[in-house]
Amino acid sequence: MHIRLLPAAAAIGLAVTLGMAPAGAATPANMVVMAWQIDELISLDPAEIYEFVGGELSGNLYDRIVFYDIKNPDQMQGGAAESWTVSSDGKTFTFKIRDGIKFQSGNPLTAEDAAWSLQRLVKLDKGPAFILKEFGLSKDNVDQKVRATDAKTLVFETDKAYAPTFVLNCLGSWVSSVLDKKTVMANEKNGDFGNDWLKTHAAGSGPYKVGTLRQNEVIMLDAFEDYWRGAPKMKRVALRHVPESAPQRLMLEKGDADIARNLAPDDLDVLAKNPDITIRKVPQGMILYLGLNQKNQYLSKPEVTEALKWLVDYEGIEKAILRGTRVPHQTFLPEGYLGAINDKPYTLNVEKAKALLAKAGLSGGFKLTMDTRNTYPTMDIAQVLQATWAKAGIQLEIIPGDNKQTLTKYRARQHDIYIGQWAPDYLDPHSNAQGFAWNPDNSDNSSNKLLAWRNAWDIPQYTKMTEAALAESDPAKRKAIYEQMQRDFLKVSPYVIMFQNVQVLAERKNVKGFEHGPNFDVVYYRNITK
Amino acid sequence: MSPPPSNASRRGRGFGAARVAGRAANLLLSIGFTFLGLLAVTFFIGRVVPVDPVLAAVGDRINASTYDRVREELGLNLPLWEQFARYVWNALQGEFGRSVLTSNPVIDDIRRVFPATLELATVATVIGVVLGVPAGVVAAVKRGSMVDQAIRVLGLVGYSVPVFWLGLMGLLVFYAKLDWLPGPGRIDLLYEGMVEPLTGVILIDSAIAGDWDVFRDALSHVVLPASILGYFSLAYISRMTRSFMLAQLQQEYITTARVKGLAERTVIWRHALGNAMVPLITVIALSYGTLLEGSVLTEIVFSWPGLGFYITNSLLNADMNAVLGGTVVVGAVFIGLNLLSDILYRLLDPRAR
Repeated sequence: MHIRLLPAAAAIGLAVTLGMAPAGAATPANMVVMAWQIDELISLDPAEIYEFVGGELSGNLYDRIVFYDIKNPDQMQGGAAESWTVSSDGKTFTFKIRDGIKFQSGNPLTAEDAAWSLQRLVKLDKGPAFILKEFGLSKDNVDQKVRATDAKTLVFETDKAYAPTFVLNCLGSWVSSVLDKKTVMANEKNGDFGNDWLKTHAAGSGPYKVGTLRQNEVIMLDAFEDYWRGAPKMKRVALRHVPESAPQRLMLEKGDADIARNLAPDDLDVLAKNPDITIRKVPQGMILYLGLNQKNQYLSKPEVTEALKWLVDYEGIEKAILRGTRVPHQTFLPEGYLGAINDKPYTLNVEKAKALLAKAGLSGGFKLTMDTRNTYPTMDIAQVLQATWAKAGIQLEIIPGDNKQTLTKYRARQHDIYIGQWAPDYLDPHSNAQGFAWNPDNSDNSSNKLLAWRNAWDIPQYTKMTEAALAESDPAKRKAIYEQMQRDFLKVSPYVIMFQNVQVLAERKNVKGFEHGPNFDVVYYRNITK
Repeated sequence: MSPPPSNASRRGRGFGAARVAGRAANLLLSIGFTFLGLLAVTFFIGRVVPVDPVLAAVGDRINASTYDRVREELGLNLPLWEQFARYVWNALQGEFGRSVLTSNPVIDDIRRVFPATLELATVATVIGVVLGVPAGVVAAVKRGSMVDQAIRVLGLVGYSVPVFWLGLMGLLVFYAKLDWLPGPGRIDLLYEGMVEPLTGVILIDSAIAGDWDVFRDALSHVVLPASILGYFSLAYISRMTRSFMLAQLQQEYITTARVKGLAERTVIWRHALGNAMVPLITVIALSYGTLLEGSVLTEIVFSWPGLGFYITNSLLNADMNAVLGGTVVVGAVFIGLNLLSDILYRLLDPRAR
């Protein structure tokens, strides 16, 4: 959640007044301070984490069975496991656990800990459990399917053959965080698998451990000196909750923060001229799109769907509203994901759109509504679209609402058009393919309410392709299926995909080695130096 | 000022105890009804808003079985009246359930955020009273003079300038430019965790521990946000003081006092202000109460983890348990302050005894 209560006027006033940079103080040399909006943190328990801050922290508090390699995205990197093999039928993964990893408690990390951690996640059945349940794991069978055959061997069995890249990508997310079974169970209450304790504590083997944690205020991580890859350089990482952009900028300029994470375009413009600050942009998985409900009499016409794709001023919106916080992107796989293509066939072309509408017999104009979250940038974009569409005779009514309101309506398929964002759950193309291109049951009471369903788009052929890609053991062939689907979708899908998120990081010049990957759970602190 | 004690009033003492008991019962009854009304209103608003609390709890990608399980856990499958009865019963025991947003028991969250607000609001109110009351008195005495005009302008500015702008400017000037005061937050990261949180109010905790470095740091952090909030209560309190004082200064007892040859200082500060203090107590209590609700904009600008941000954030996220809990706390604060000003009334005004 992001409250942006301070109107732009204040930011502009500040920008004008602040011609020169203030004198610098500095944070201690062995400590890195981030100014960040961290109020969304709910839990540090990997079996419960379902938001950005928790996901990011998990990658620094815990070892995962395997890790996503930011520098080499096609290959997984070993974590708690140093190597792995896949059986010939593609259903059994065998991981060899690395020697000599110690938990922060001093206990050694074994295959039993890894197996138990995965079993625990499935049995607790909280937010992220579905990522493992996709492999046919359930409370009843997980003890047989995921097991330690000896102290160094972890076996992971799936219900059918999945693309190995898919399985490893899922296990590279926070769900495979390896917990110290002994420590966790010592803190168990009423059969909660230590869930209550782990909300604010960690029992991992990662480079950092939890020091101070006060929600909405500060989180301090202390270096774990016995970390198996070597003690991290920064003895402390402090995440300081600073909800507004302007104070974040002041703290960064003063040197009271080393890294600022939620800067608004106005503040970034000023910082870009500051020689002490580096600004980095990392593409992220989140996609901003319009969902066109196929139950609507107009939107179900293919000409209208295509016309709307020609009726977006992609460039203008980026320059005037998004200003570097998102980049244009028109396919359903974000850049940085396996199989992503970056085709951008659409530009603003009112004449072409008009011709398409005329072909559909709608040159006389018609009315549509758009459910819009009443914050930046959705509201701003909706207003631009309203003006553009009017030129083609489409009268757009914007229905503003709080995020949960618009989402509730979207999930009930009661919208005409929904403008919103979609973020993949893990670093694998299936997360988005399933979201956008999979709809096994288009009836109103379907149990799968993902995006294709929400827009009432009945697509047996793409549902099949999504499933085929998921089972494809050859990464090259898997890639080809996703590329084909994205090309088709550009033409026929009821999604006007417009932008992809960019994480903007502003750092003091002396800060190096802060690794930020394309998803919120692959952000690593251990190589930071100052 | 008070009438001489008569036989009638002395005889009245016998009825006094019964009357006090009656009054207390009345008071309790009205407190009870106020609370119930409060709970009912928030509860029903929470039910009619077109927001699905299950989605608020678990995100939008869960499957149907998890959805149903969470729905049951939240008690949303029960009939409405039963949900309400459960809420009231739990609220009476200080049990507001878990916050969906933080996953902590709401009462724990409030225990965490309320001291921050209490600290800020108290310092702000002290600033408002210490500066606002004398300013109001001077303005009343020098009515129409340049001083009066200056105080009026100051008050108007304080009342009309948006608080976030003032906050940002304060940070810009005193933190970024002049380097007199520290930046956002309650305490420097270096002092983090040095003092055992007994009350949660850092100023008090550090004073108890005798850790004056921490105390000084916490004080320097609270100065700016409290001054900005204090400016607002100053503006209000000085305006009200001025008008109460004007009313008093026109009374005949003032003329009498002056004729008696009392020093002007005594007439103004003892006699007139003494009487103006009675209605002023209510004004101060109300403005303190408003600050204790938390000031969301100030909290955001200064990264101050207080009640205002907590309640607003909960509201925006349809976290009804937290909203209900927060509302009850705010309601209790107002009722408590009402009682307090009632008591102070009696101390200051013999007629009310």
